[in-house]
Amino acid sequence: MSEPAARIRDLVRTYGSGDALVRALDGVSLDLGAGEFTAIMGPSGSGKSTLMHCAAALDRADSGTVHLGDEEITRLGDRALTRLRRDRIGFVFQSYNLIPTLNAEENIRLPQAIAGRKPDPRWYDEVIDTVGLRDRLNHRPHQLSGGQQQRVAVARALVGRPRIVFADEPTGNLDSRSGAEILELLRRSVDDHDQTVVMVTHDPVAAAYTDRVVFLSDGRVVDELRDPDREQVIARMAAAEPADRVR
Amino acid sequence: MIRATWKSLLARRVRLFMSTFAIALGVAFVVGSLVFSAALSSGFTRLFGSSVGDVVVRPQGSATLNGDPSTRTVPQSLVASLARVPGAARADGNVQAIGVFVVGKNHKVVGGLGAPTYGISYSDAPAGHGIPGLTLLYGHAPHGPHQVVLDEKTAQEGGYFIGEKVPIVTATHRAVLTKRLVGLAGYADNTSLAGATLTIFDVRTAQKLFLKGKHAFTNIWVTAQPGVSQTQLRNDVSRVLPPKVRATTGDDAADENASQVLRGVKFLRTFLLIFAAVALVVGAYLIVNTFSILVAQRSRELALLRAIGASRRQISRSVLLEAFVLGMFGATVGLGLGMGLAYGIRWLIGLVGLDLGSQSLVLDTQAVVAGYVTGVAVTMVAAWLPARRTGRIMPVQALGDVVALPESSIRWRFALGLALTAAGVAATLEGLFGSLPHSGYWVGGGILAVLLGVTAAAPILCRPLLALARRGYALVFRAVGNLAGQNALRNPRRTTATASALMIGLALACTMSIIGASAKASVDDTIEKNFIGSYVVGSSFGQPFSAQVATRIGRVPGVSEVVRQRYAFIEAGGKRTAVTGVAPRQLSTFGLDLQHGSADLTGRTVLVNQRYAADHHLSVGDSVVLGKLPVGHRTFTVTGTYANTPLVFDFVTSIANLRSAGFADSDNFLIVFTQPDAGDLLRSLEKTVADLPVVTVQDEHQFAEQQRAPIDQLVLMVDALLGLALVIAVLGIVNTLALSIIERTREIGLLRAIGLGRGQLRLMVTLESIVMAVLGAVLGVALGVCFGVAMMYAVKDQGLEVIAVPWTQLVVFLGLAVVIGVLAAVLPARRAARLDVLTAISAS
Repeated sequence: MSEPAARIRDLVRTYGSGDALVRALDGVSLDLGAGEFTAIMGPSGSGKSTLMHCAAALDRADSGTVHLGDEEITRLGDRALTRLRRDRIGFVFQSYNLIPTLNAEENIRLPQAIAGRKPDPRWYDEVIDTVGLRDRLNHRPHQLSGGQQQRVAVARALVGRPRIVFADEPTGNLDSRSGAEILELLRRSVDDHDQTVVMVTHDPVAAAYTDRVVFLSDGRVVDELRDPDREQVIARMAAAEPADRVR
Repeated sequence: MIRATWKSLLARRVRLFMSTFAIALGVAFVVGSLVFSAALSSGFTRLFGSSVGDVVVRPQGSATLNGDPSTRTVPQSLVASLARVPGAARADGNVQAIGVFVVGKNHKVVGGLGAPTYGISYSDAPAGHGIPGLTLLYGHAPHGPHQVVLDEKTAQEGGYFIGEKVPIVTATHRAVLTKRLVGLAGYADNTSLAGATLTIFDVRTAQKLFLKGKHAFTNIWVTAQPGVSQTQLRNDVSRVLPPKVRATTGDDAADENASQVLRGVKFLRTFLLIFAAVALVVGAYLIVNTFSILVAQRSRELALLRAIGASRRQISRSVLLEAFVLGMFGATVGLGLGMGLAYGIRWLIGLVGLDLGSQSLVLDTQAVVAGYVTGVAVTMVAAWLPARRTGRIMPVQALGDVVALPESSIRWRFALGLALTAAGVAATLEGLFGSLPHSGYWVGGGILAVLLGVTAAAPILCRPLLALARRGYALVFRAVGNLAGQNALRNPRRTTATASALMIGLALACTMSIIGASAKASVDDTIEKNFIGSYVVGSSFGQPFSAQVATRIGRVPGVSEVVRQRYAFIEAGGKRTAVTGVAPRQLSTFGLDLQHGSADLTGRTVLVNQRYAADHHLSVGDSVVLGKLPVGHRTFTVTGTYANTPLVFDFVTSIANLRSAGFADSDNFLIVFTQPDAGDLLRSLEKTVADLPVVTVQDEHQFAEQQRAPIDQLVLMVDALLGLALVIAVLGIVNTLALSIIERTREIGLLRAIGLGRGQLRLMVTLESIVMAVLGAVLGVALGVCFGVAMMYAVKDQGLEVIAVPWTQLVVFLGLAVVIGVLAAVLPARRAARLDVLTAISAS
């Protein structure tokens, strides 16, 4: 495996205080390989979303470090974090991914436009063709189906050639066919363009598209799986689930 | 359901505050205007109530306290016979005159803004209904020719203490008097004199000063015995009166006096009430807007309530109940703010010279009721539309991701708006140029209809403007500009409703500045075209001054001629009009353009303005009856007509005729001609009248300035009040922005997540705010120019012939709108920038 795209060390994130103190992340250490498609899985409350938020510079950890490439991001100020998100990270959320007032093309170009840049036209064309939205570029989000909206979001995340794309339950709101399209899209960006993709999901079918699945429970990495298939994932999920929750 | 309403109210403190604020502001303006104008009129009414006796006996046709200085009197001997009338407790004669000025220690005349300046004789007679009349507060009553008593406020303002010498200027023969101040008086219930001044002499001195020493009175008060009504006493008194003397009940006399003065301040009340209406309309916009947004935000919660079984009516009622609670709360806060506002207005008006200092401002029942009714009614009406819409929310929508409120057709609104605008334009034009009665109502109603119509049509009307703004923004500010422009376009109804508040305020401000600028330009134009002579002599308050002034000025070396003018306000054919009195041999200096007949003013003759003559079917040789003369009415022969001119009134007659008609021997205006080589005489002319502080000498430039001053004052006052309307508009923008940011929390979170910086976010919100402000300003200025020009056209033939549009000022208004936009965005933008990215994204 090559140099990791992100290195997470001893990450701790707590919420609340006193009796209500919750350790969402309890010392997580993890390397996210460059050019890999990684899934982070775990039951509700396992800390998988918190991990992604901290790694993606959306949330601040209490202690520990996150390196994106050479850069340590946990101590950066708002301005630097904003630039980091804009230039080096791509996001796909579960829902509400697009700005409703902008058409598909404007949404895709938005991060670059905010930065005052134009995307590389060849790469832009390639992304548009990959997501298959050329005939929908002038449509506003409300004129697009959920799957199409999510493809626009993927295109937006890819078009800036970020170091990592973070996807938070990207198929959570989609029917299985649209979901499969999105996962194919992410898979292809990894295979064809060496894009690093990290996806939080609780869907074993989605996890089966990835190269590696990391299992979290109670704020710790409890297990991992390489080149998973659906059955393996289900089996490991059951194992990772704390005993009292299964019953 | 009621519990749910309460909870939802309390859960949204920020929004609660915002909408309450909008209501409170609207109510505050209504209450403030009402309280202030009530104080204004009650001040005058009470003043006049305590300045008339039970029955007032006076010469037929003369006004009591307030008419022009009259030489007509009742004989002193009448007092004794009136005192013997059955039912009369006592009778007291009074001498009253106006145009008696006290000169303060700062050499300035005390009082101002046209409030009357009375000179009266001292009397301890009670006023009507046993109210104490004039009461000595300090010192003693005036005795003999060298003593005077002043009202407390005048003495205070002039800087005089008891025992000091006070210079007094009168319009009569002896111009300047110096008297020793021996006492301070006032009306017992300590009501404000509302800017009026009282100078009090003993009876004999007053008779010498104002009645040429005759043993007579201008009126007699007859006081009723207990149990005798004013009407009864008046009837008894009437029986013993000599011919041409009339008795009036005190109540009637007070009303008559009060209404005469009130007419002078009526414009102020009318203006304040118009302003309150405007404030309310603007406030209503804010409330409608706020409620629409609030309901839209709650639609999911409401849909959930529907899903668990709440009926359509319960939902609507819940929203209306919320509106009722907010309305009550807002109105209560508004009452307090309104009182503050009334104090503010009083202070503002005090700056312009109308002192209502001791007049207490009372929150009476009328104001309280009006405040609550407007606050609650407007809020509930404003909430009614959104409430009706919430009733149509389908329960299933609670489950959906995005809940869209069913919106009524925007096209239907557009059509309605256009129709309303057209009707408003028609009504305005009818009022301005048509012949129906009550033209003022037509114009006012028309303008209001146009404002409402444009507001209704605005969402569609303004689309091109908003689209243009978006393109401009995108060009200059790139992505952030595009986002801001799109946001303004996203809900054009909301954007334009917010802009409308500013539009209304600015439309009125522009109308006023066009009227002001045109009036000033017309004054300048008139003066430039018609100024004759080298200097003019007038008096600060338009009061007449001693005829001796002209004689003295005529003796100044270098002066070749002094032309006297006298004004008398009279009636002809039952309508008020005015006559200019001139010396017949000086008539030619006016350069009147004689149309028919001759300029012969010998005998009982008048010249008539040709236009007036045409309107009233008068021609040379006809007889015309002029009424409301001190002697009643007299018949004059028309000897000529002249072309319309601002130099003289509709009638011109000789000074001798005015004198024989009973008018005092004093001039109103002098035109001074100088010898060709005389040089600058201003200094020496001023020295000649230096002992007469009310009399001023001016050259053309100074005269023009003085003529413009009242217009400036009016415009200033109007602007100050409209400034407050702009404040509401700004708050409206703040409100809309803040609410729409709450509404767009997730979107803002997303933008921040994909890399929008805090500064860029602030810029975006500011740009949105500027769009709304500039849109309002553009519409407002455009409408204001239309209103202003239309109004000036309508009064074109009444001496205001120049239509001036103050372009610089209008550009300043537009610039101001940008500033307003920036300021309004400060807080909402900060709020938006402070949103935590993660919380914002996960907000529901």
